Amino acid sequence: MRSLQARYARDRLILLVVVIGTILAALPLALVLGYALVNGFSSLNWDFFTKGPKPPGELGGGMAPAIVGTLVITGTGLLIAMPFGIGAGILLAEYPDNRLNPTLRPLSDTLNGMPAILKGLLAYVLVVKTQGSFSGLSGALAMAFIMVPIIAKTTESVLKLVPWHIREAGLALGLPRWRVILSLVLPAARGGVVTGLLLATARAAGEAAPLIFTAFGNTLLTLDLRQPMDALPLRLYAYAISPYEDWHRQAWAAAVVLLGLIVMTSLLARWFTRGRL
Amino acid sequence: MQQAPVQPSRIKRPPSALYRLLGDRIFFAVILLLALSIVALTLGLGYYLYLGGSQTIQKEGFWGFLTGTTWDPALKLEFGIWPYVVGTLITSMAALFLSVPVALAAAIFAAEYAPRWLAGFINYLVDLMAAVPSVVYGIWGIFVLAPFLRQVLYLPVFLWASENAPWLAPYLGNPSGYGMFTAVVVLSSMIIPFTAALSRDVIQLVPAAQREGAYALGATRWEVMQMVILPYARGGIFAGAMLALGRALGETMAVAMVIGNGNILPYTLFGPASTMPAVIALELKEAVEDLHYSAIIGVGFYLFLIAFIVNAVASYLLHKLKVGEQRA
Amino acid sequence: MSEFEASANPQTGHTEILTLDPSLKTRLEARRVTVMYGQKAGVKDVDMPIYTHKVTALIGPSGCGKTTFLRALNRMHDLTPSARVTGEVLLDGVNVYAPGVDPVEVRRKIGMVFQKPNPFPTLSIYGNVVAGLRLVGIRKKSLLDEAVERALTQAALWDEVKDRLHAPSMSLSGGQQQRLCIARALAVEPEVLLMDEPTSALDPISTQSIEDLLTELKNHVTIVIVTHNMQQAGRVSDFTGFFLNGDLVEFGPTNLLFTTPKDKRTEAYITGRFG
Ligand SMILES: Nc1ncnc2c1ncn2[C@@H]1O[C@H](COP(=O)(O)OP(=O)(O)OP(=O)(O)O)[C@@H](O)[C@H]1O
Ligand SMILES: [Mg+2]
Repeated sequence: MRSLQARYARDRLILLVVVIGTILAALPLALVLGYALVNGFSSLNWDFFTKGPKPPGELGGGMAPAIVGTLVITGTGLLIAMPFGIGAGILLAEYPDNRLNPTLRPLSDTLNGMPAILKGLLAYVLVVKTQGSFSGLSGALAMAFIMVPIIAKTTESVLKLVPWHIREAGLALGLPRWRVILSLVLPAARGGVVTGLLLATARAAGEAAPLIFTAFGNTLLTLDLRQPMDALPLRLYAYAISPYEDWHRQAWAAAVVLLGLIVMTSLLARWFTRGRL
Repeated sequence: MQQAPVQPSRIKRPPSALYRLLGDRIFFAVILLLALSIVALTLGLGYYLYLGGSQTIQKEGFWGFLTGTTWDPALKLEFGIWPYVVGTLITSMAALFLSVPVALAAAIFAAEYAPRWLAGFINYLVDLMAAVPSVVYGIWGIFVLAPFLRQVLYLPVFLWASENAPWLAPYLGNPSGYGMFTAVVVLSSMIIPFTAALSRDVIQLVPAAQREGAYALGATRWEVMQMVILPYARGGIFAGAMLALGRALGETMAVAMVIGNGNILPYTLFGPASTMPAVIALELKEAVEDLHYSAIIGVGFYLFLIAFIVNAVASYLLHKLKVGEQRA
Repeated sequence: MSEFEASANPQTGHTEILTLDPSLKTRLEARRVTVMYGQKAGVKDVDMPIYTHKVTALIGPSGCGKTTFLRALNRMHDLTPSARVTGEVLLDGVNVYAPGVDPVEVRRKIGMVFQKPNPFPTLSIYGNVVAGLRLVGIRKKSLLDEAVERALTQAALWDEVKDRLHAPSMSLSGGQQQRLCIARALAVEPEVLLMDEPTSALDPISTQSIEDLLTELKNHVTIVIVTHNMQQAGRVSDFTGFFLNGDLVEFGPTNLLFTTPKDKRTEAYITGRFG
């Protein structure tokens, strides 16, 4: 027989282990955020947002081209990915009997889990290699490859939350199916779909790996998608591995800005769903 | 009394059959085409990576390229990716090994022990952890973690070993701070949220009647976990670990920033190593020789094969268990 | 005698019953038990004695609070975040809700069979029956085998499953699963057994054997059973409590309650005029 005391001792021991494990799990995040805030905030200044990089070794300068580049590249990527992702989400949610779905869903999840750098490699082969030059567009394409399966998944799950009777009500009015989807179901799920777009954008905006050999980086501010373009994670990486103190400082500042962007999108996403999903 | 004029109906005629049937068909065709982009993207990924790498793969042979241990883009133009494959597998597996117990503990705590407000907070942290960009973990790894580990772990162990156990030295390697072990620590921190989120979801899926059945037998909280919850949630936890493994395999920047990037086998515990994503990120834009360029894309193709298998298993399991439907 | 006076309650006629039969001992006693689900009361201010080695039946229309009351007796509401229990439940004179009393020990002594069968799906038939015994560290195979045969026989399931004890528990039919859950509860040999409509999913023959089991079991176990079947209450129980809208309307010896109910509402219910 095992005494109740012994069993409770074990129960408490496990609780202790679980609590220690939870603290260990949260520790890296706390440390990363803590160091980024401490080192980054003190390095943020007006120049950081308005100036471009100085030549190596010189003090000062900022990341304006990188900030603009990140917005342009992810924005363009989002525009490209949106119709494909939402379309796939509609197919998965609104045509549940479709024969393609049992293949499409796991394939989409698999694609979502594939390394981002491979998606960058695909954009490189398709665009950079054929055009013969690095460009913002190839970076945007890589971002789109990352976003499509995320958008498909979130769209599917929010559409499935729309009660089935809304569709039946529309069909009973004599509306064709496509009208029901476009005018009744999608608007009812609008908040959730927007959330999905935001989450996908946030995920892609932080990626540096697929941009190294597509957008490539650029110390000059440009809005021309055919030119090499800078991006915040890219510049952060370049500065972090450089030998210059001042660039390290700016890299930390970039980390804070990047984290700020991500926290902002996640809060915005929460606001758009407000208790649903 | 004046009669109000009857409003002319705004509907001119009932929607034509054209509008209904053709509309539905066109719409479905468009949706189908858009959705097929996912199939095209996945197949295209494999196809173009193979095509891009085919020159080197054909020169070295499918297995020769995989198992060759020399990667020499400068002099001999000889390409074998084994050092990168080994580096990727070792770091990913080790990171998974370190992170799963911790992630599981966090999931169990959030789902079973924590009061609701704390559980909500932990869940938010887990989501946030998954969203922190790789380069941010990387910069923290370079400037904080690596020097710290060097001071408190690598140097003391190295000095101790050189005094007392010189035979250990070749296994430990150069304690510069930038090497395999640092990469494993960074990597395991990064993949915690993937296992934690899914494990929490499946634990919450365990029906209340199951828990009550166990409690009514006079089980303690841990015994309920052991008797009904963990056996029930096992599949989902495994799927979460596979998902995390998939992430670890493809993780690029943070690893490239701290692993030291050395491709000489055998690797040592503290010394430099390299991974498949890292070599792609570091060498592609500098490749000049066709063969070198093709070899790098070839690395991508093999990474594709490995990641595809791992992710396919994870998504098959998730589909079977119907968990994680809400997660992106 | 002072102990009896303290628990005397005019509404339930507790003293009256004790005078009727002084050999009765109170095993479990609810005092002013109220269960709140948020703002809504599941049961209100219930006083009820549960007598040792007797079968007490709880009857009443659906949603009147029978399950809610039953779960209050072995602290199962601890697990429902929305539910709050006030009042006292005395087990041999000790309030099970007193600080320092361990719910695990309480549930060990007061076993429970649920309204819906809930075998552990990952365990075999055998594994389900011995689940409670394994908890307390009983590992010896001969002991476990014995316990399994005894519990399954008592639950009228042995003959049907003795050749496939290691089959998964989910391979049983709904009624068999319910009997498996009864066996699981019996295997740990509780002193009090709470049964929530244990026979609602069973055919007449299995129901008969469960009823026989109750009659035999009450020689050493105190039983509380919820039932919708008035004949069943009449057949198996010694005492009956009638619930309506969260109130205990009437409590008394079964034969008296069924023949000469004191309350109009009880009479209406047992004669089938509502509910
Ligand atoms: N978890 C809960 N949260 C909120 N209200 C509940 C909960 N469980 C039960 N209730 C409510 O409490 C009341 C009593 O429920 P209870 O389950 O005790 O009824 P019952 O007498 O067992 O009915 P039945 O014969 O149908 O099983 C009902 O009105 C029910 O809606
Ligand atoms: Mg009930």
